[in-house]
Amino acid sequence: MSAHILAIDDSRTIRALLTATLEKAGFAVTTAVDGVDGVAKFQEAQADLVITDVNMPNKDGFGVINDIRQGQVNRAVPVLVLTTESGAALKDRARRAGATGWIVKPFDDEALVSVIKRLTGT
Amino acid sequence: MQRHDNSKAEKHIEFVTLVAGGQSFCIEITQIREIRRWSPVTHLPHSPSYVLGVINLRGAVVPILDLAAKLGFSAITPTERHVIIITAIDDRIVGLLVESVSEILGVQADMVRETPRTKEDASAIAVAGIIPVGDDMIKIISLDALLPTTLATAA
Amino acid sequence: MMDSAILDAFFEECEDLLVALSDGLADMREGLADDETLNAVFRSVHSIKGAAGAFSLEDVVGFAHIFETVLDDVRSKKLATDEALLRVLQRAGDILADLVDAARDDLPADRDQVDPVLRELESFLSTDDLVKEEFVFEALTLSFDTRDSGSEFEVSFHPSAEFYAAGNDPALFISALHDLGPCTVQVETVKLPTDLADFDWTKGYLTWHVVVADQKNDLAIREIFEFADDLCALKVHETTKDDPQPDVMSLPEEVETVPEPDLEPAQAARPSTQKASKKSASTLRVDPERVDRLINAVGELIINQSVISQRIEEASLPNSSELYGDLDNYKLLAREIQEGVMAIRAQPVKPLFQRMLRIAREAADATGKDVNLVTEGEATEVDKIVVERLADPLTHMIRNAIDHGIEKPEERAKTDKPATGTLRLTASQRSGSIVIEIIDDGQGLNRERIKEIAVSKGLISADAQLSAQEIDHLLFAPGFSTATEVTNLSGRGVGMDVVKTAITALGGRIAINSIAGQGTTFSITLPLTLAVMDGMIIHVGGQTMVVPITSILETIRPASTDLAQIGLDNQLLRIRGDYVPIIDLAERFGVTPQSASLTDRVLLLIQTESVSQCAIAVDDIVDQRQVVVKSMQGTYGQITGISGATILGDGKIALIIDPDAIAAGQGNALSAHIRAQKEDAYATT
Repeated sequence: MSAHILAIDDSRTIRALLTATLEKAGFAVTTAVDGVDGVAKFQEAQADLVITDVNMPNKDGFGVINDIRQGQVNRAVPVLVLTTESGAALKDRARRAGATGWIVKPFDDEALVSVIKRLTGT
Repeated sequence: MQRHDNSKAEKHIEFVTLVAGGQSFCIEITQIREIRRWSPVTHLPHSPSYVLGVINLRGAVVPILDLAAKLGFSAITPTERHVIIITAIDDRIVGLLVESVSEILGVQADMVRETPRTKEDASAIAVAGIIPVGDDMIKIISLDALLPTTLATAA
Repeated sequence: MMDSAILDAFFEECEDLLVALSDGLADMREGLADDETLNAVFRSVHSIKGAAGAFSLEDVVGFAHIFETVLDDVRSKKLATDEALLRVLQRAGDILADLVDAARDDLPADRDQVDPVLRELESFLSTDDLVKEEFVFEALTLSFDTRDSGSEFEVSFHPSAEFYAAGNDPALFISALHDLGPCTVQVETVKLPTDLADFDWTKGYLTWHVVVADQKNDLAIREIFEFADDLCALKVHETTKDDPQPDVMSLPEEVETVPEPDLEPAQAARPSTQKASKKSASTLRVDPERVDRLINAVGELIINQSVISQRIEEASLPNSSELYGDLDNYKLLAREIQEGVMAIRAQPVKPLFQRMLRIAREAADATGKDVNLVTEGEATEVDKIVVERLADPLTHMIRNAIDHGIEKPEERAKTDKPATGTLRLTASQRSGSIVIEIIDDGQGLNRERIKEIAVSKGLISADAQLSAQEIDHLLFAPGFSTATEVTNLSGRGVGMDVVKTAITALGGRIAINSIAGQGTTFSITLPLTLAVMDGMIIHVGGQTMVVPITSILETIRPASTDLAQIGLDNQLLRIRGDYVPIIDLAERFGVTPQSASLTDRVLLLIQTESVSQCAIAVDDIVDQRQVVVKSMQGTYGQITGISGATILGDGKIALIIDPDAIAAGQGNALSAHIRAQKEDAYATT
């Protein structure tokens, strides 16, 4: 069974890269263009894992996680934060927002896939 | 573009052989879109003498050149018996009027010889290599050299 | 291959982001910026950096990073946006655009340009900001355990409520440990409530003990817990050694945490107020090739429609036939489809104009002039190809206007002009055409000088009597501009003739209007749609050709009293008391007209850019109808006097003539000149 990933990023380029990388690794990918779109897609897509950018218009990545964790649907889904920041402050923030993990941009394809495989049990 | 590299001896290349200006030439088959009978063209004013005009090829405006004239031989007076070879390099489609088309010639890449350096006339420059066939010698037309992409008026 | 497509998408996205950046900075300059503007500006740079990182575009990433850090301080109000900062941000925006351009063209960054701005940006940052950058990576604990055979590690973890809340599943951790080596797993259930009614599934009650064999060290194990080591009381220790391992974990209190509502970011619920229009509407990205195929198919449809019209006409059906009504509907539908398809390719000129702002700033800097470029009509939409092909001509003309048109501040001070010159770049739609104007308030064209140059280049004879308009048009003559005439700035190996060629290739025209001391206006008129135009079908010397209707004022069948002659061949048409020159199209194209006498032929009175009016003599007028314009660019190159070709109802090709080129005052000499060049180009194979 291939896991279904919801990738939320306002950058077309990053969306394209994520889609290419994840589809190559055998995942099904749905993309969303900002936080609001992401949360809306999350309601209908049976995502096994969510990857979200932090800095986005309309609703940022932490807002997305908050909505997911507070929502009624699939609230315990693993959520990875995709960010250019790193360091303890990020970890702290991601943690408090309820992220499962984080990936630092630019991401390494293999590392990304291996983390996702681990978090989805595939 | 296909280079006729002697080192790649395994490679099999197919050419269409043709006659222009009374001599044998050939064009690599991958560069040929189709071969059709001569049909009247729309003349272009102020064009070089080897440009016969343009034809409508299923909605595209395609220029037709007299290959013999382009190579420096005397111009052909086109008749029903003459043939147009529609060639495509990159995005450009150009038709070449020739006297006749003979056959498809398949050769191993190592049969292609470099063009001996002679004086640089129009036909020598447009020849990418030669293939000895029996007593005859068939010259390979380089469409790149024949039809340079940059024109004086290109912006 | 896939990567190059994504890379293309990246550069495309950069264009959009740079426009957003430029818009935001403009709002900041005008004091219109709210928090969302600042966020958007920050995000633009941030997104460029993020995506550039994926392609290892180090120059872009490095610069964007410092830029972004400054912008972050701006949006968090650590930095006040004063004049000096705004100027640097503006420059930084330009540099970022340059860096993206350089990356696209695979060129090295121009460090001479980049570094000073980088230093300026850094001057706004606290040492704190800069130092933070030195430590972007988390330290790794390296273990230099080199024992060859594996040892056994015991992993104990007690997930907290937060562990579950963050989307973790213990089973997945255990299965990941299994992948490392043979495991034995035990679960400790002592913390389960005895009464299941007290059970709260969001809490953690269980502790797992997993013994993993054959491990060199604990790195792989810790990596599995990379994201969760603070969410579960994690203990990892080697069982073969007896020392207890209290080092790693701090046992977090088991607290009932739900994500705190106050952590919801400020942006989450933002009123969409006045900026709503700037948000991009939902769009569909389509491979341009598919659109091109559709456009070609629609072109065929229109040709097919004219074939059917012709057939029906030939069938001479009774006028009452319903077929005529049906045919009209068909025509309408075909036109509607065609307009719809062309609209797909329409794009606002805004990104193009934004680029010109940058060009103007650079040109002003380089020449030491004060210039304010004002853009108008940015929302005007034109075909994608037009946007692409106008970039170079506009760049050249903007540079020219600043270099040659607008005076230095000290010179302007001597007149009553303000020290800052104004350059206006406008786009508008006027009766079926797009008009783009470049208007400067500079000194106007120096016609004496233009004439001198034209004489010295042999373009005109020294005693030529030329009208002001004709002199202005010498600028477009091939071979007019050369390195000695243009300065470093505008002289990039191209002249106005290239501008004119590019615009003609788009089916457009260019006009000059210059008033000494007051400035110069260049007007570019482009057809609204590239693919279809209204044409008059004519015959010349047995050939069928098309003249664009837009340039025809009227058609005249001259009586001999309407004609006059100067010299041997120069025919004139007398019309309403005026005389206009007659150009014999047959003669111009080297074909034989059907009749030697002009009274047997038809004259098309043409309004042109270079000479005010002229009459083109043709053999006959056949029809007036829409034609599909086929470019001859890709296949043949430009032919003087011909702007393209079309395919008629009978499948034959008709050339579309360019009345401007035909009428050009110096017509014959010029076309001979160009012809010579063309012959050269063909000869130099």
